[in-house]
Amino acid sequence: MRDVPMRRGMKRKHKRLLAVLGLVAGLGVAAALVLTAFNDNLVFFHSPSDVAEKKIAADKRFRIGGLVEAGSVKKDGLTTEFVVTDLRHAVPVVYTGMLPDLFREGQGVVANGKLDAEGRFIASEVLAKHDENYMPPEVADALKKSGQWHEKPGDHAKLKPGS
Amino acid sequence: MVAEFGHIALILALALALVQGILPLIGAARGIPAWMALAPTAAMGQAVLVAFAFGCLTYAYVTSDFSVLNVAENSHTLKPMLYKVSGVWGNHEGSLLLWILILVIFGAAVAVFGRNLPATLKARVLSIQGLIGVGFLAFILFTSNPFARILPPPLEGRGLNPLLQDPGLAFHPPFLYLGYVGFSVAFSFAVAALIEGRVDPAWARWVRPWTLAAWCFLTVGIALGSWWAYYELGWGGWWFWDPVENASFMPWLAGTALLHSAVVVEKRETLKSWTILLAILTFSLSLLGTFLVRSGVINSVHAFATDPTRGVFILIFLGVVVGGSLTLYALRAPVLQAVGVFAPVSREGALVLNNLLLAVATAAVLLGTLYPMAVDALLGAKVSVGPQYFNTVFIPLMTPLLAAMAIGPLLAWKRGDVGAALRRLWPAALATVIALALGLWLLHGRDALALLGLALGAWLGIGTLCEWALRIKLFAAPLSETLNRARHLPRAAWGMTVAHLGMALMVLGITVSSVWQVEVQQVMKPGDIARVGPVEYRFLGVQPVRGPNYTAQQGRFEVIEGGEVARVMTPAQRRYQQPPMETTEAAIRPSPVADLYAVVGEGDAARGWAVRLYWKPLVSWIWLGALIMCFGGLLSLSDRRHRVGAPARKRIAASAAAAE
Repeated sequence: MRDVPMRRGMKRKHKRLLAVLGLVAGLGVAAALVLTAFNDNLVFFHSPSDVAEKKIAADKRFRIGGLVEAGSVKKDGLTTEFVVTDLRHAVPVVYTGMLPDLFREGQGVVANGKLDAEGRFIASEVLAKHDENYMPPEVADALKKSGQWHEKPGDHAKLKPGS
Repeated sequence: MVAEFGHIALILALALALVQGILPLIGAARGIPAWMALAPTAAMGQAVLVAFAFGCLTYAYVTSDFSVLNVAENSHTLKPMLYKVSGVWGNHEGSLLLWILILVIFGAAVAVFGRNLPATLKARVLSIQGLIGVGFLAFILFTSNPFARILPPPLEGRGLNPLLQDPGLAFHPPFLYLGYVGFSVAFSFAVAALIEGRVDPAWARWVRPWTLAAWCFLTVGIALGSWWAYYELGWGGWWFWDPVENASFMPWLAGTALLHSAVVVEKRETLKSWTILLAILTFSLSLLGTFLVRSGVINSVHAFATDPTRGVFILIFLGVVVGGSLTLYALRAPVLQAVGVFAPVSREGALVLNNLLLAVATAAVLLGTLYPMAVDALLGAKVSVGPQYFNTVFIPLMTPLLAAMAIGPLLAWKRGDVGAALRRLWPAALATVIALALGLWLLHGRDALALLGLALGAWLGIGTLCEWALRIKLFAAPLSETLNRARHLPRAAWGMTVAHLGMALMVLGITVSSVWQVEVQQVMKPGDIARVGPVEYRFLGVQPVRGPNYTAQQGRFEVIEGGEVARVMTPAQRRYQQPPMETTEAAIRPSPVADLYAVVGEGDAARGWAVRLYWKPLVSWIWLGALIMCFGGLLSLSDRRHRVGAPARKRIAASAAAAE
């Protein structure tokens, strides 16, 4: 008679062990899931100089940023071609869709997409959500690296022809 | 003069906060009633002083007093009155002042409504509240004085970012802050409990209403922000996993977990130290969110001026609050003894599952939000984490959560029976099968995620209704008994049913709007017709219009539904004069069935205009769901058992009975 409660106790212990194991397994799966997804979705930022210097594989998604080169914007229906420059190197960009309100020649821009076989950047998203005196920090950094940064932000507007 | 009065009021408030933060704490430790009694008076004095200072700044904005630097930088005489007032918190200094105002109002509310709290607990809670106030008041006075003058005063102000000139956004920060700061009360209660070394069901009942209130505000705040992004940014999206959004979403996730774990403490006297930890983490995430957004680390419309001294102050303050409270937790948490035993399959077991999943989700969002900043700070590389990461992580985490949400309420406390619960959920299972069949038929089985979303929405919605029907014995007992039961169902139970239903609606809204949405981007000339889902848009052309502080190019579309012109929609591109900036104004016809959404872009008569047109089924259910969730929270808040003070009386009676 005495071993009945003991066995019940063991059973409860087993149950608890199972619950703990299940919990640990669940957390492990969750962590694995999070880290895998994380690794797959890291998007790096490269300046046009980076693109020129490093070999970035076509089909690798990344973000590019710099200034929209003055006089480079060509529109055909909804497709826009323009050149992003850090004033040392330049990369042609193709984007189909409506451009953001603050997209302008001579202004900072960040685009998300990948390079095609001809070295053109096919953008799936173009961001320029800043005011006229403001630079996206990535773009400011890219300009600093290429040695073309001017302290007064307004100076970049002077790069436009005729102004 | 008014600005100087405001400044003096803030200095006095800081002095009072120091008194409130130190003396009652010592008084509670040494048992000096007079020092403990200082706390409520100081809390109310602080509220009056900060409200006065806030009033002074508002006055400077309303009267366009450009001799105040903050007003000159952020206001303009031509701005409509609503935005003059909302401009008060549309900048770094003013938004901090609003934060403090809400903090001291919550402090005063604890002082007023907490009459029945034990004296030492009340003194300690208010003291911690005072210490948080000291940090923020010092921050505002030493690094971000909103009352600084400018000489000579400019004739005209620089204006408010036009994107922020919007009714939805005027009220978005106050609600968000009410949520963030509301969690400070739960935090103060947690720290006070750690100092006292005691957590009991009464403590949980005192914390719950404050947590619920903060959660309701935060829910509305996030929903308002998402709604604003939907109609103002002109991309038709409502959530972008942007760091700013994540900053508000993390405290919401942790706060939701806290709300549920506090129930376990209240009913079963277990999960105590976990609940304390959650309260600390929730407020820490609120602080982190405020600072991430306001310090300029994240660049967005929310980030105001960056200043290294501010950054350092913020880091130190965050370190003191988070590090200090976690150290205290590490020292004192072992003192908290669980009373109730724990079976995995039970109501409390289901709530633990809820907490685990929400905690992992919070950690995942935290990782995705902080990692790019850490990489930038340590390696100088610019990295971003795509929205795909968050979607990939969230769907597998939320699936079991939503599935268990229908089952959990049907499990008994202590020991539940999943089989019995599932058998009682047969209508929900039936609804899930119907939803799946419907989805398969409509989608031809193409989109597994859409099927999952439909199934979960149906399961949760009908499952929640099942639980409610079982409680009131709908159709199982005579109607009079059912009505009687419904009348006597506690408000907290009603609240849970309503909030869970809101969640179900939101899941359906998210699923249907993302799967069945139709988007058309094209160049249109006047007279062109575009077919978008079941409706047609006829483009009539673009004409210039004038607003109070902007000019606009307004497009006109006739919407043709069932062969008839149903309405005219007028999206526009606005150009503001001060500051010079262009914004896109989408035209939206909201409806419970499907939103129509039109945007007009650049173009001219010769080449046509770039336009973007949408048909978005059930998209409004997303915000409707959030509002219903908030309403559920309010219902639960109105429960008699949650009224602050009620449990104290019961406890006093109980201890009196025990003493006899």
